[in-house]
Amino acid sequence: MIWNPNKECMSREQMRELQGRRLQKLVQYVYHNVPFYRNRMQEMNVSPEDIVTIDDIVRLPFTTKQDLRDNYPYGLQAAPASEIVRVHASSGTTGNPTIVGYTRKDLAVWSEVMTRCLTAFGVTRDDTFSVSYGYGLFTGGLGAHYGVENLGATVIPASTGNTEKHIRLIKDLNITGIACTPSYALYLAETLDKMGVDKKDIGLRVGAFGAEPWTENMRKEIESRLGLKGYNIYGLSEIMGPGVSYECQEQNGSHINEDHFYPEIINPDTLEQLPYGEQGELVFTTLTKEGMPLLRYRTKDLCTLMNDECPCGRTSVRMGRIVGRSDDMLIIRGINVFPSQVESVILEMKEFEPQYMLVVDRVNNLDTLQVQVEVRKDFFSDDIGRMLAMKKNLSDKLKSVLSIAADVRLMEPGSIERSQGKGKHVIDKRILK
Amino acid sequence: MITRQLSIFLENKTGRINEVARILGENGINMQAFSMAETADFGLLRLIVPDVDKAVEVLRNESFAVMVTDVLCLKCSNTPGSLSSVLETLAANNIFIEYMYAFSDGESANVVIRPDDVQAAVKVLS
Repeated sequence: MIWNPNKECMSREQMRELQGRRLQKLVQYVYHNVPFYRNRMQEMNVSPEDIVTIDDIVRLPFTTKQDLRDNYPYGLQAAPASEIVRVHASSGTTGNPTIVGYTRKDLAVWSEVMTRCLTAFGVTRDDTFSVSYGYGLFTGGLGAHYGVENLGATVIPASTGNTEKHIRLIKDLNITGIACTPSYALYLAETLDKMGVDKKDIGLRVGAFGAEPWTENMRKEIESRLGLKGYNIYGLSEIMGPGVSYECQEQNGSHINEDHFYPEIINPDTLEQLPYGEQGELVFTTLTKEGMPLLRYRTKDLCTLMNDECPCGRTSVRMGRIVGRSDDMLIIRGINVFPSQVESVILEMKEFEPQYMLVVDRVNNLDTLQVQVEVRKDFFSDDIGRMLAMKKNLSDKLKSVLSIAADVRLMEPGSIERSQGKGKHVIDKRILK
Repeated sequence: MITRQLSIFLENKTGRINEVARILGENGINMQAFSMAETADFGLLRLIVPDVDKAVEVLRNESFAVMVTDVLCLKCSNTPGSLSSVLETLAANNIFIEYMYAFSDGESANVVIRPDDVQAAVKVLS
């Protein structure tokens, strides 16, 4: 099902023309309303009149997370305060939080793009849908919430926490769909087991999972344990929140709502735009945003863009899975290590729970990597030799994938901290020192 | 002769063994014998208790990884050479010992043996 075929199935020429027009208007708007962008453009000798087609976007300045922090709280806001009807904030664990103000029109666009996502996942007005992203300053909860309402399905604003009660509601209210992080979906599956509830006793059939990178193996794991079909939904609060891109039934990349969010892939070192198919850092320009429009925002997410035709009928460009973050990447003994690589190895092995923690440290000037994993209950053995073989098997696989040796620690079930929001998988003690 | 032994997986973490002792104590379960096998990052605590099922239940409730393994529990006289005769019989029948531990209570000694083939060991020793 396609919610808005006019936009989602627009011909490529029409889309480019629409994007060009919207970009022109956007540049005029930010140039006259955001001193930060006016100064940047003047430094680069670019005036709004230089931007004619969407290809001229390469002449515009980039925006980074640091720019948002430096201009905290409202420095990049373009709309007057009287037009702002809601504010979200992203976590500020490593600096100032990022404040994003939305106008009434921004919220309407957000609901529209969220509804396109849900429709692509097969959710209809007949569904009862639980939103289990955190409600509050985080964009996940309210963003998904208004999308479900806009679609006309019944929304259950479950948020996170109180998982046993949530499972009860899933059973009693016959909840058919859920939006949450993949980490929370696994936690839900675990709680289901703990409560002795069989997946056949619940009616979940669709999951909209996002807000953190996840792998194909994790999808299989969640699908088999919860008995549903899981779809990727992508978004980030700086750009809008959930709903920037979404998988269709083909599940070959996520369609970007390109009429609102213009995507580019750049080389993070040279900042040059890369052609379709090449991997690099994903960059978005908010073509229609009023509250806090951003030019060429560097997401730090690494992926590829695909422009080949999708059998689903949508014509929009698709983004591949996020393979890592240019700043999440760990450099251990000079080697680039992504937590997602470790995750895919662990999820392939039936002996381990899908919970893990990477502990990076520096001992005698040498980086060390410890990988903590929980052994599944059925795979514990009284035979130390077998336990050590299991450990060695994982070490060997990690070594071949990461190219560096990892010290594997077998842990008791339930001992690695569970996350109800974004999964935390790395402790880098090198930074703490 | 065959006894059910508890094997508990423990991370090497201060106070972890005490957790097991505390839980068993609070539930009135006495430990008759135990041994600890350890590696760099984890250990296996092997335990003989009178009420195996109850011990398994209370430990699993506290989310310990508990396994039940069949072992041989032999009573021999606490005199030089008595263990040797048992081991000789096992060796003569090509029965391999994975691990064993023992404790004495004066007159007699108790030996817990985990052979690779429990049934065969019972046969040759009885």
